[in-house]
Amino acid sequence: MASWTWFHRLGSPKWFYEKTSRWLPWLALVTAAIMVVGTVWGLAYAPADAKQGNSYRIIFIHVPSAFLALVCYYLMAIAGAVSLIWKMKLSDMAVKSCAPIGASLTFIALVTGAIWGKPTWGTWWVWDARTTSMLVLFFLYLGVIALQDAFESRENANRACSILALVGTVNIPIIYKSVDWWNTLHQGATIKFTEAPSMPPEMWQPLFLMIIGFYCFFALVFIMAMRSEILQREKGTRWVELIVKHRLNKLTNHDD
Amino acid sequence: MSAAQTVQAFWGIVRRDLTVSMRHRSDLFNPVIFFLIVVTLFPLGVSPAPDVLKALAPGVLWVVALLATLLSSDGIFHADFEDGSLEQLLLSPQPLYLMVLAKVLSHWFITGLPLTLIAPMLGLMLQLPAAGMVPLMLSLLAGTGTLSFVGAIGAALTVGLRRGGLLLSLIVIPLYTPVLIFGASAVQSAIEGFSIAGQLAVLGAFFVFAITFAPFAIAGALRISVNG
Repeated sequence: MASWTWFHRLGSPKWFYEKTSRWLPWLALVTAAIMVVGTVWGLAYAPADAKQGNSYRIIFIHVPSAFLALVCYYLMAIAGAVSLIWKMKLSDMAVKSCAPIGASLTFIALVTGAIWGKPTWGTWWVWDARTTSMLVLFFLYLGVIALQDAFESRENANRACSILALVGTVNIPIIYKSVDWWNTLHQGATIKFTEAPSMPPEMWQPLFLMIIGFYCFFALVFIMAMRSEILQREKGTRWVELIVKHRLNKLTNHDD
Repeated sequence: MSAAQTVQAFWGIVRRDLTVSMRHRSDLFNPVIFFLIVVTLFPLGVSPAPDVLKALAPGVLWVVALLATLLSSDGIFHADFEDGSLEQLLLSPQPLYLMVLAKVLSHWFITGLPLTLIAPMLGLMLQLPAAGMVPLMLSLLAGTGTLSFVGAIGAALTVGLRRGGLLLSLIVIPLYTPVLIFGASAVQSAIEGFSIAGQLAVLGAFFVFAITFAPFAIAGALRISVNG
């Protein structure tokens, strides 16, 4: 059983909190650097699109957030499976932390999509396949958040949300395929965004950088959410008490 | 515990649930009445013109049947939860998977089946072309089973909560979208003169998938709700 100690340590909130205290500043720095470089590159230096002009530049926000929105749901489901199987405290907290972040990313993707759609399609909202599946994903997130909120017992809330996240994960490919198929039926009503597989390197390089930047940003926000969740849940323990006392001392010293 | 006992328990639950719903007639009629009333709102709200109704009919009938199943699925476990028989079900030595299966199948029998049977009448009222009638019934027959199973997952997750009704809709409706897409499309294709074999096959696949995997999720959710 000795080989499993690392796994159990991974589930210890205290271990996680202490480790991430050291990583967090570095992660924040890296995230900020990548995002700033990617944004400036994408918005100022990447060439304008031949057809869409400058309005295409919103993809440097839109694509990474849509991408991460989906990744976040899968992460939530994996955390849910882990917490149902091994009943790890940390994965419970991960399920709870993922839902609002994922919902926000989905919302950003929908809003940026709408803003991009206005100059490109001439309308704020088009019921095309991707928009519609994104909207359904947004609803799935809202369902998890609502369910989490409805339970009085934290433990039951987590287990219920884990089950819902798993059911959702099984359904996401089905929903995507169905919506895709539905869209081909009603093709007359929509204008298909001609996919650009021949995107020049000057365009996809900053986009790639932004996706990495969003990954880092997601990790950063996720870890911060986890840490505040840990402090809330473990507030009765000695190590949290010590951290709080330490912080308070620092604050009062600062005031003097 | 033998296989014979399990089969007996399975049919025992089916018989009990059907008997209970026969005695509470409203369980049986409310989804159908809901179906009828909500369908009536569309000519009032949109237009009574036959051409408009004809275009709306496949989608409206499917959406309303979906909502009727959804609202009734709130009650699958509720009464059993209140009087403690759900707890007995969890404690019983029979496999919970099969017991849940029995409960959901009887729910389908008292909601999905009546909705399917009443649908052609509402189709007539909405000027649904004759070519769409049989496909409407077939697609509802195949689709409402999946709706019952997915709805039961939501019902099992929310059964212990005080205000579960609206929450149930929030978490279940997104999961219903694939069934709606293929169900409504089957009726539409039939009206336009195309084959509906593809859509029915997909609906059948959904049902097989749901009947195989949903009971695991329902059983897990019930354990959480009852212990909480």
